[in-house]
Amino acid sequence: MENKDTRKELVVSALENGTVIDHIPPKSVLQVFKILDLEKHMDQVLFGINLESRRLGKKGLIKIKNKFFKIDEINKIALVAPTATLIVIKDFNIIEKKQVEIPDTVENIVKCFNPNCVTNNEAIPTKFTLIDKGELKLLCHYCEKTTAKDNIKFL
Amino acid sequence: MKNRSLVSINDFSKEEYIKILDIAEEFEKQPKQKILDSYVVATLFFEPSTRTRLSFESAVNQLGGSVIGFSDASSSSVKKGESLKDTIKTVANYSDLIVMRHPLEGSARFASEVSNVPIINAGDGANQHPTQCLLDLYSIRKTQGKLDDLHIAFVGDLKYGRTVHSNVIALTNFNCTFHFVSPTELKLPSAVKRHIKDKNLKYYQYTDLSEVIPTVDILYMTRIQRERFSDPMDYEKVKNSYILNKEMLNGCKDNLKVLHPLPRVNEINEDVDDMKEAYYFQQALNGVYVRQALMAAILGVK
Ligand SMILES: [Zn+2]
Repeated sequence: MENKDTRKELVVSALENGTVIDHIPPKSVLQVFKILDLEKHMDQVLFGINLESRRLGKKGLIKIKNKFFKIDEINKIALVAPTATLIVIKDFNIIEKKQVEIPDTVENIVKCFNPNCVTNNEAIPTKFTLIDKGELKLLCHYCEKTTAKDNIKFL
Repeated sequence: MKNRSLVSINDFSKEEYIKILDIAEEFEKQPKQKILDSYVVATLFFEPSTRTRLSFESAVNQLGGSVIGFSDASSSSVKKGESLKDTIKTVANYSDLIVMRHPLEGSARFASEVSNVPIINAGDGANQHPTQCLLDLYSIRKTQGKLDDLHIAFVGDLKYGRTVHSNVIALTNFNCTFHFVSPTELKLPSAVKRHIKDKNLKYYQYTDLSEVIPTVDILYMTRIQRERFSDPMDYEKVKNSYILNKEMLNGCKDNLKVLHPLPRVNEINEDVDDMKEAYYFQQALNGVYVRQALMAAILGVK
């Protein structure tokens, strides 16, 4: 009996091979899910919201079994989860741990705030260049207007 | 420049715009040359702009090329809900070059990415209108004999005027001093001023038009629109302060020329029209030569 319980807990907490995304702001967990298209992942995906964190108070976390991300792919989540940490696990060991970083070009994640922009009126994926990392200013590749932190809305 | 699109004034380098201006000078001397007789240019005006369309069409016709297209989206398949992508791809099958005007910002950039023929942006909403900018540079160079070391004043709506923004950005490639005259509500945006600062050029700001007249070589007038003011009283207060008349030009420099992108409403009094300083009608005509030069360069015939 005792043995079975321990095993059950292991399934939830430990990952043999895969990726853990830790320190996600709790409100952003579902957005991260969407950006990384995790619904389509064919293996186990576990997530937690409002877990306790020394750093953030409350945090979110996602564990993805047998999935390893390319750097460009994972950096897409930096806009919604700038605090996120990526942990890569192989054979139950942490082999890599790093902070996500906002990429220099942001494609099809953010909506252009200019209502008269062609991307808000035709079926066109958005594309921005990061022009200010500190203040998070994104220059629209199409209408050439800047979408700043306070105006950011996700697609 | 062969086969390249011109969407934004920043797409071409300083050397490239000088090349266009040089070719335009040749066309001014000889505007009728049958060099485009095997070419088809499409003019797609998703919003009407008779002036710009006629200038392009006249430019093509004088070079012996043919024009296809529409002058207003309501008479085309666009109204039936066709996507911009499909319209552009279809028209690209029938033409060698597409000139387009569209009310949405970024539409021309998008078109240049889906089209297999080059695109010339003839205005995308409030964003860019690079051929206006080229014809203004041409007019400045033509009247002053140079683009460097000039004092240039921009007057009127400097906040929303896209023409002013692209002209200022293009002119920062030359050693110019800028004088900005506008109501406080319509000052030049800091994003545009940053281009001037980046090049270590000087600029001055004024609210009084008469103050700037004695010092400048070019007086570039623009329209102030009522709808730009959140409080109609603010518009009433300033609407007559930026109108140029004959008397105000007393004491101006001998080489001063007055430019205006047209159409004007009342910001230049008609008594200025016959003065040697008035250059705005010639400026519009220069648009034909500049557009001929641009199309010839993009099609690789010059
Ligand atoms: Zn945009």
